[in-house]
Amino acid sequence: MSITVSHISKSYGKVTALKDISFDVKKGELFGLIGPDGAGKTTLFRILTTLLFADEGTATVAGYDLVNDYKKIRSHVGYMPGRFSLYQDLTVEENLNFFATIFGTTIEENYDLIKEIYVQIEPFKTRRAGKLSGGMKQKLALSCALIHKPKVLFLDEPTTGVDPVSRKEFWEMLKRLQQKGITILVSTPYMDEAALCDRIALIQDGKILEIDTPEAIVKHYPKKIYDVRSDHMYKLILDLNAFQHKHSVYPFGEFVHYTDTREAFNTAELENYLKEKGHQNIIIKPTKTTIEDTFMELAK
Amino acid sequence: MIKQNVIEATQLTKKFGNFTAVNAITFKVAKGEIFGFLGANGAGKTTAMKMLIGISNPTSGQANVAGFDVYKNAEDIKKNIGYMSQKFALYDDLTVKENITFFGGIYGLKRAVIKEKATVLIDELGLHDVANDLVGSLPLGWKQKLAFSVALLHNPKIIFLDEPTGGVDPITRRQFWELIYKTADNGTTVFVTTHYMDEAEYCDRVSIMVDGKIEALDTPKKLKEQFKVNSMNDVFLKLARG
Repeated sequence: MSITVSHISKSYGKVTALKDISFDVKKGELFGLIGPDGAGKTTLFRILTTLLFADEGTATVAGYDLVNDYKKIRSHVGYMPGRFSLYQDLTVEENLNFFATIFGTTIEENYDLIKEIYVQIEPFKTRRAGKLSGGMKQKLALSCALIHKPKVLFLDEPTTGVDPVSRKEFWEMLKRLQQKGITILVSTPYMDEAALCDRIALIQDGKILEIDTPEAIVKHYPKKIYDVRSDHMYKLILDLNAFQHKHSVYPFGEFVHYTDTREAFNTAELENYLKEKGHQNIIIKPTKTTIEDTFMELAK
Repeated sequence: MIKQNVIEATQLTKKFGNFTAVNAITFKVAKGEIFGFLGANGAGKTTAMKMLIGISNPTSGQANVAGFDVYKNAEDIKKNIGYMSQKFALYDDLTVKENITFFGGIYGLKRAVIKEKATVLIDELGLHDVANDLVGSLPLGWKQKLAFSVALLHNPKIIFLDEPTGGVDPITRRQFWELIYKTADNGTTVFVTTHYMDEAEYCDRVSIMVDGKIEALDTPKKLKEQFKVNSMNDVFLKLARG
């Protein structure tokens, strides 16, 4: 095991940030913590990177105990916080050099590991970090988190606020790092990124809702989901919510995901109901469950 | 029925030195429309939006927003639009009530009107129990819904939303969109940026900016047909990746 977390809890005054969290991450695994802002993801990252004490529970990272061996953990993990935390007044190259030196290594020694990422920002290596674009900052932060060849990499919401193209590229980068044997714990509020992880933990309000592979989590969904649409989407949402047998109604892109409370559900009945309400061009058809459906069902 | 346009931009351009951030964009947005303004990071969305809300002067081109010219009547534009973004929306160190009062005042509403609106708003959002709590202590989802309602306090013709749902949980994100639908249904135009491509599907029309230019503009359905793909995510990837 690369990370073991056992019954970790943490409160800030009255606010419970984490409540009895337990999970394991295998060596070389790409493990995702999926949950919205305020779920407790950052608190967990800060605890596992030894920046914060847990109130209760124990954990090991790279085989070391969180409290007794915290110094060893620090030299074996890379951490990319959610908020850009490099030195804005240092240049790209100075930042990288600084982090290499702190960890007693050099850029040259581990250049192989960061090469693919760093070459993209190398043309700007004399530019101050504060003057970089969002995408470039992200690449520099990742380079700095990797420069000492960590065994475990912690990435706290690396793709928040990042456009879909850059997000896709970032995940391709993570997959290649994983192939180099690095264990990765990554958090994200984007449910579609969950499918790219080996295993995920769905987390909300400091509690883990479920842990499994993305495929298995989707399979556990208890209901059959239908795609519904008509010409007037807002009215459709209101009318579906008013339907007496509705279990859940959630907009999903061009369709609304609808589930019924009954086991045996006849779509013709719903179609008639919507027709009576004045909807036109009604489509009702079965659809695939997504991680987001599961998350919302569990978080309800 | 002739649709009234509340935003008309023609060849709108912004240059910073040699760099053209927004390159001659031309588009119209109709009253009551939900208009999705998409693009990769650095494509020029924020710069374009700043010109439309009257806080940045264009280098060249024309734009008329809520009936006012961006060069001559920037102050009038500000009075007739609402704005919220993920980064700046409300003051964390003020309570829910104080924020409403403050923004109502900024928008020039009378005290009595503010008081009345505050009551309705707190009621609608179910914030009774936290009305005297600091906004900083509220969950993000609540904050965003409150910020949205506050940006509508002065009944603006257009509301500009800059990534309003970033990081918000999936249920609240959907509730937020129901607020958007409701607002548009009442005739207020919604101009919104997002990185969630499922949200792009909720828009009446979507524009996609690439390197300062609008490279695509149509309904989500037609864009998917045009690029022969099944989702807005794929439209985006095709366009922005070149």
